[in-house]
Amino acid sequence: MIDVSLTPIVSAVKVGKKFGGHQALADVTMDVMPGEVVCIIGPSGSGKTTFLRCINQLESFDSGGLWLDGELLGYRRVGEALHPLSDKEIARQRRKTGMVFQRFNLFPHMTALENVTEGPVQVLKRRRDEVHDAAMLLLDRVGLAHKAGAYPSELSGGQQQRIAIARALAMQPKLMLFDEPTSALDPELVGEVLAVMRDLAASGMTMIVVTHELGFARDVGDRVVFMDQGRVVETGTADALMSDPKEARTRNFLKTAFPRG
Amino acid sequence: MSATPLADIARGGPTMAEELDIARLRHVRRPHYGRIAAIVAILFLAFLLVRAFAHGKIDWATTWEFLFWPTILWGLFNTVWMSFVCMAVGIAIGLACAVAHASANPVLKGAAIFYAWFFRGAPVILQLLIWFNLALVFPIIGIPGLIEFKTVVIITPAVATILSLGLNEGAYVSEIIRSGMLGVDRGQYEAAKAMGMTNGTALRRIILPQAMRIVVPPLGNEFIGLVKMTALASIIGFGDIVRSAQDIYYSNAKVIELLMVPTFWFLVVVTVLTLGQRALERRFGRGFGTGGAR
Repeated sequence: MIDVSLTPIVSAVKVGKKFGGHQALADVTMDVMPGEVVCIIGPSGSGKTTFLRCINQLESFDSGGLWLDGELLGYRRVGEALHPLSDKEIARQRRKTGMVFQRFNLFPHMTALENVTEGPVQVLKRRRDEVHDAAMLLLDRVGLAHKAGAYPSELSGGQQQRIAIARALAMQPKLMLFDEPTSALDPELVGEVLAVMRDLAASGMTMIVVTHELGFARDVGDRVVFMDQGRVVETGTADALMSDPKEARTRNFLKTAFPRG
Repeated sequence: MSATPLADIARGGPTMAEELDIARLRHVRRPHYGRIAAIVAILFLAFLLVRAFAHGKIDWATTWEFLFWPTILWGLFNTVWMSFVCMAVGIAIGLACAVAHASANPVLKGAAIFYAWFFRGAPVILQLLIWFNLALVFPIIGIPGLIEFKTVVIITPAVATILSLGLNEGAYVSEIIRSGMLGVDRGQYEAAKAMGMTNGTALRRIILPQAMRIVVPPLGNEFIGLVKMTALASIIGFGDIVRSAQDIYYSNAKVIELLMVPTFWFLVVVTVLTLGQRALERRFGRGFGTGGAR
């Protein structure tokens, strides 16, 4: 399923990040191959969201290196030093990733359709009329073409999150990042968002998903990464990690967080 | 008879079936004593006011005669355009200062804070007098060697008014816009950045349109205050509507009658502005529930 001859989309080498005195990330090393779906699980404060935010540079890391599609993120190497990139360069690098937030963060003053066309028009400088059809196709793909004219406040949480996924896809990203996409949803709305994500994974999109949905991780994830205290503790296929965790910390987390799982 | 039928039942006494059947009884409305008292008080005060004006020696015919007098209408025109120009200057400066204040650049931030401190700190009437009398200390202004003007020629009453009211307004507007920007959720900045927007695009497309919803009511308030503040400019000789009225009563001595004329026109202008503010509130309230004015 995964062609090992390909270069990784994301390559993290000993990524570290400090918030004040707190080590949020320590020596995080992992590769994500094209087409792969990687789920990151772990207790709150384990650094999984911080790592995700480093990949699209909403946070900066202060040690190690992070490559996206073969390009070093956030810095330019000059001799033996790494110089920070300009804001404009960072904005350009971010276009390769699509981000889906826990709290949706749709633009409330724009309709669903305008949310989806905003990036292509303002960032990719495409004409609004030529973007329109592609945006409607994306809305249709998440099952919400009939809500194109609705404002986010008129939509349920599940619908808002599906629009947010369509908005991220409109930028034609090489990688989709999901930060606990179902944690803010009422239980009965989780399924519709996961269904869209399953469909996306089946279409071959590379995805990194920070999640508490172990069922999703098991069904869709090619690999599951367990993080704790800023470190990657254990990595494996979903089945292996969940049915036969090697590390005591993984076992404890699975036992306390998912008593029946 | 006991207080409630249920109490009767509890005591094992006779139950009164018809007392349980209260559905047929008439419901009496709660009396609104407060409203009645307010009506009485206001009618009484209105009576006193009308009586005072009826007995006073105000000559309403004179007020009416001068309401559409050419010099009055010219003054009204000056008041209105001066208000719009000063507000435009104020919004341009205020926006720049608010963005500078939110910037990560400590020098820009410091400059914005200093600006607001200085122009909010000095009384407007002093700022008017200082700008108007600038020629006393700087007889020539401009860029030395490139372009120079005689200050007395450049700083007319209108220019001094635009400078002092506009710069002063900028300080207030910057604080209003800043509070609007602070009211926009952090997640909105992140969503905008995550899709690759530069800071400028995010500000223009995502942050400011949402800040406007919060900014419009206090900004409308500022504008209304500014319209009335232009009356101060009459002290440095700007021909606003108050000055037009004064010029007339200096010659005919109908002081109160003539002061009623600009009062009327100010109320008209402020009413129009209030309606405009409501329309803007609806425009920027889109997506935030009905009307958006909440």
